[in-house]
Amino acid sequence: MSETLPADGLLGWSWLLIALPLAGAAVLLLGGRRTDRWGHLLGTATVGAAFLLALLCTVQLAGQDGTPADVELFTFIATGELDVTAGLLFDPLSAVFVLLITGVGSLIHVYSIGYMAHDPGRRRFFAYLNLFVAAMLLLVLGNSFVALYVGWEGVGLASYLLIAFWYTRPGAATAAKKAFIMNRVGDVGLALAIFIMFAQLGTTSYAGVFGSVGTLAGGTITAIGLLLLLGACGKSGQFPLQAWLPDAMEGPTPVSALIHAATMVTAGVYLIARSAPIYDLTPTARAVVLAVGALTLLIGAIAGCAYDDIKKVLAYSTVSQIGYMFLAVGLGPAGYVAGLAHLLTHGFFKAGLFLGAGSVMHAMDDQVDMRRFGGLWNKLPVTFATFGLGYLALIGFPFLSGYYTKDAIIEAAFDRADVWGWLLGGVAILGAGLTAFYMTRLMLMTFFGRRRWTEGQHPHEAPAVMTVPMILLALGSIGAGFVLVVATPLADWLEPVFGPPEEAAHAIPPVVVAAIVTGVAAIGVLAAWLFVGRREVPVTAPVRVSPVTRAARHALYADAVNESLFMRPGQWLTRALVWVDNRGVDGAVNGLAAGLGGSSSRLGRAQTGFVRTYALGMLGGAVVVAGALLAVTAG
Amino acid sequence: MSLSHYLVLAAILFTIGAVGVLVRRNAIVVFMCVELMLNAVNLTLITFARSTGTVDGQIIALFVMVVAAAEVVVGLAIIMSIYRTRRSASIDDANLLKY
Amino acid sequence: MSDFPWLLAMIAVPAVGAAVVAALPRERALLAKQVALGVGLVVLLLAVLTTLAFDAGGPRFQLTTSVPWIPDFGSDFALGVDGIALVMVLLVGVLVPLVVAASWHEADAGPRPVRVFFAWLLLLEAMMVGVFVATDVLLFYVFFEAMLVPMYFLIGSFGGPRRQYAAVKFFVYSLVGGLVMLASVIGLYVVSAAVLGEGTFAFDTLTRIDIDPDVQRLLFLGFFIAFAIKAPLVPFHTWLPDSGAEAPVGGAVLLVGVLDKVGTFGFIRYCLPLFPDASRFYAPFVLVLAVVGILYAALLAMGQSDMKRLVSYTSISHFGFIALGIFAFTIEAGTGAVLYMVNHGLATGLLFLVVGMLIARGGSRRIADYGGVAAKAPLLAGAFLVAGLASLALPGTGSFVSEFLVLIGSFPERPVFTVLATLGIILAALYVLLMYQRTMHGPARGVLLQEDPAEPLPEGGGATATATLTTPRRTLRVADLGRRELTVVAPLVALILVLGVYPQPLIDLIEPAVVATLDDMGASGGTDR
Repeated sequence: MSETLPADGLLGWSWLLIALPLAGAAVLLLGGRRTDRWGHLLGTATVGAAFLLALLCTVQLAGQDGTPADVELFTFIATGELDVTAGLLFDPLSAVFVLLITGVGSLIHVYSIGYMAHDPGRRRFFAYLNLFVAAMLLLVLGNSFVALYVGWEGVGLASYLLIAFWYTRPGAATAAKKAFIMNRVGDVGLALAIFIMFAQLGTTSYAGVFGSVGTLAGGTITAIGLLLLLGACGKSGQFPLQAWLPDAMEGPTPVSALIHAATMVTAGVYLIARSAPIYDLTPTARAVVLAVGALTLLIGAIAGCAYDDIKKVLAYSTVSQIGYMFLAVGLGPAGYVAGLAHLLTHGFFKAGLFLGAGSVMHAMDDQVDMRRFGGLWNKLPVTFATFGLGYLALIGFPFLSGYYTKDAIIEAAFDRADVWGWLLGGVAILGAGLTAFYMTRLMLMTFFGRRRWTEGQHPHEAPAVMTVPMILLALGSIGAGFVLVVATPLADWLEPVFGPPEEAAHAIPPVVVAAIVTGVAAIGVLAAWLFVGRREVPVTAPVRVSPVTRAARHALYADAVNESLFMRPGQWLTRALVWVDNRGVDGAVNGLAAGLGGSSSRLGRAQTGFVRTYALGMLGGAVVVAGALLAVTAG
Repeated sequence: MSLSHYLVLAAILFTIGAVGVLVRRNAIVVFMCVELMLNAVNLTLITFARSTGTVDGQIIALFVMVVAAAEVVVGLAIIMSIYRTRRSASIDDANLLKY
Repeated sequence: MSDFPWLLAMIAVPAVGAAVVAALPRERALLAKQVALGVGLVVLLLAVLTTLAFDAGGPRFQLTTSVPWIPDFGSDFALGVDGIALVMVLLVGVLVPLVVAASWHEADAGPRPVRVFFAWLLLLEAMMVGVFVATDVLLFYVFFEAMLVPMYFLIGSFGGPRRQYAAVKFFVYSLVGGLVMLASVIGLYVVSAAVLGEGTFAFDTLTRIDIDPDVQRLLFLGFFIAFAIKAPLVPFHTWLPDSGAEAPVGGAVLLVGVLDKVGTFGFIRYCLPLFPDASRFYAPFVLVLAVVGILYAALLAMGQSDMKRLVSYTSISHFGFIALGIFAFTIEAGTGAVLYMVNHGLATGLLFLVVGMLIARGGSRRIADYGGVAAKAPLLAGAFLVAGLASLALPGTGSFVSEFLVLIGSFPERPVFTVLATLGIILAALYVLLMYQRTMHGPARGVLLQEDPAEPLPEGGGATATATLTTPRRTLRVADLGRRELTVVAPLVALILVLGVYPQPLIDLIEPAVVATLDDMGASGGTDR
């Protein structure tokens, strides 16, 4: 972070990375129906071009040994002591994310051409998708917390629009709103963290904040860390803000793959990794990150075991895997690289899994209930193969991507070499076992066993425009882990950001950890086979189940808690306040008005019309005045 | 005859007039009582003018007489027209001008 | 060029225009509309030229015009603009032509002549410009009160079913505030006479005299109550939902977009520099009102079933942010608050206009009477969404910049209030998205559903025929935005987005005036740390 180079060459053009997809979105949204015929091609082309540009920029960055490049664009807000410049920071960390976003984004755009081919709103879909890519790139490329915040809410908007893409379904509309609002809760945390930075340090740029954060009191740093974590939890679907992510599966499947698996939901991990200089100074906040990660990892894995909706299982799997990433970045310098490596490989295999799920739904007339699948392996061979590779990568099958990256996290946890390290490592291993269980259950219910299809269904393999991206992602699921961890270590690439990788003294030899993890995963697979594969899967979910299963089916009652703690009291409060405002505040005003009117009409009764009454009044008045005058002069 | 004699007489006249306005029903009588009160005031004004040796009070008294004359004209006309429409000169019958 | 009396022209042109429109014969309704639109555009042009003639780095009040008005009271017809007034005048200039275009058919069906509507609108514009550019306190007061008259008639003659109630309520509330302010204005004159030997109403002179703190507190209250009713701050707010709901859409846009800003404009222009000690003394109290207002009105907005009332309540919530920014006494927050006034005018103006367009289609103001409109009217839904997102201050819209500035500028001075206010952004998301979801998303339902033409009954199929009769097919019939409506909506959307990305030119205009205001207060300005 210490030194940056003024951006020259291609890096000076890196703003185009954001501008290209943004322009695509603008053209598609403003162009209207005129762009219906070629809109999807334009949308895909802009993201593809951004990917190529990102590759070239990364090459140049590598050429200057990863020295970050700062791109100043224009003065965004400058008043008083606040000076926010719209600028980009292209460093190894953002390069990694830019490549992931544009790379996976391009593949998913291509896939969507096929997936959305028959949807009348395809142009709108690509416009929103482009908007998302632009906002996400701004999020990771911005050179200040304000730019990050703008991108942060921008992806929230894109996510809202895409979840609600099929807005005539009440479920989709509600899920979109829920996602936006739970994200906003997190955004408040991020905003407050920025306010503290400005109040204490007078700047919001990364360079300024990280350069002087050390001068702050410990409590302030911890507060900043915790508030940033709140923001990260909202965006990444971590405890206690995890409930929106599974609902977000109401959106089209490519959206789930790109936004709610590979990129947007990992923004929280990016935020914490980016803020490493802050977290390095606050063990307390870091411990909370660890706790959140470990807790969410388990919650997601447990809920994933009980759902029958293929996308929701994958969604809870995402929640759980991001929990791993939080756990990793919470470990500090030892874990940043492991967390980011897992983020990248997860981006590949989870996107692949979602695209596979989309292919299955495509084949099964948008059916998502796994109890209605079964025996699809020979009907959808390409999907089966790619999905299977993603599955193996996720459960940590030896020498596939997940194996390298997940093990790295678990090793880093054990390397703490204290009781917390053991506890976290244990939780992570337990999570690995659960992951193996629910993913195997998903595989068995979807691709194997008896065909439990609805009558009249004729599954067919998806067209090439959909299968090619799946195949490419499957290749990533196989090789990414090896490439990132072993062949060209990510740690070296990220060295300018996180400092040189430490040679940790391993508390337990890595081989042993790998063996244990693999063993536990094998037990999970076996258990799944015993519970699901060996027996007939009922078409309707059994009603009489153990309390544990029931709790898992309700995602450990997260929605119920939110509802009874916030929604109901909120509705009650709103109703009460409306009453207070109408009857109380406005009632007081109207009452005053009515009181004045009433007393004036009552006073009017004194006008009887009898002349003598008036005369008496005049006399009385004159006597009072005279008396008063006498009293005054006499006194 | 001292100053106070005139003033007491004026006070008595004023009181008779005031009581008459308050207790009598006949509009003509009430009217006359009002005139009585005005003249009581005139008497007071002239008394004080005489005692202080200025003419201000006398001038005001003349004004009061002029106003009283005008008032009689207008007032009697009103009473006449009410009497013509209602066949009554009682002021209690003319109480429509109220809330 | 700079000698041209720009400000006087901006008052005179719409005032004369109003007279011309009012004098047109009744049957020339179209001509009245065209003249009104033309006058509105001329004023917009004048406002833009004024901005170009204004030198942001120059003296505080520029383009001043002053003629003796009531010499016996030391009152001049004095006009002048600083950055704060200038952006407000620009806002007036932008909104009025759009309102004229949006209200094109507003008065067509009513019993009252069309020309009257547009004449009142133009007169209102003249008064609004006057209130912002007056630099004489008495003149300001006169415009402040005169502004009520056209608005009273716009609501009372052209409003909804309860227009009489709403118009009277609006008038009485404003008048009460105005009279309390008049007392303070006179008090100010008396104080100036005592200090200077000769009374004056000139703003510049008044800011330079020292007033005893106790007297300040009394005089401050007079101004504050008038502005708090106008703005409105909780608990002086209940007139706004009634007026906002009953006023014709164009009137509501100007009411909430500009008229109410006179209250917050008054805070920063008059309360702070004239009564610095009192402002500091009352600041905690005002901040409590502001923060309570933000949260209270946001919760109330959620509970509304009437769209126009909902939008009115959101405005009350937003005014809390503006008051917070002004009474935090920092450059960042003050600049943000003024910018907020502009952005809120654009965002809420657009929201009112779009809601009005929806109401014009369905004939009902109730949220529950709509559903799934986005499917048939994507442009309407898109404009609605942009307006809603601007209302919830999403980055990329101008409102974000101003809300962010207010909060980040207030935080160093008033952290507790700011944290509470920040919670308001969650509530903002809730009320906007709830309304959007209920009207635009979901399956088609509500008043816009119309039965399809009956299909011929099958011969002799008695039982099946009755079965189909009980559930007739109904589809959503709603026209998307027409060309006129698009020309109204598009400039606002564009302005909102441009100000969201590049707000700096406006900030450069506003900041010197805010700095000057804080200097008048003797406040340190900026943030101490």
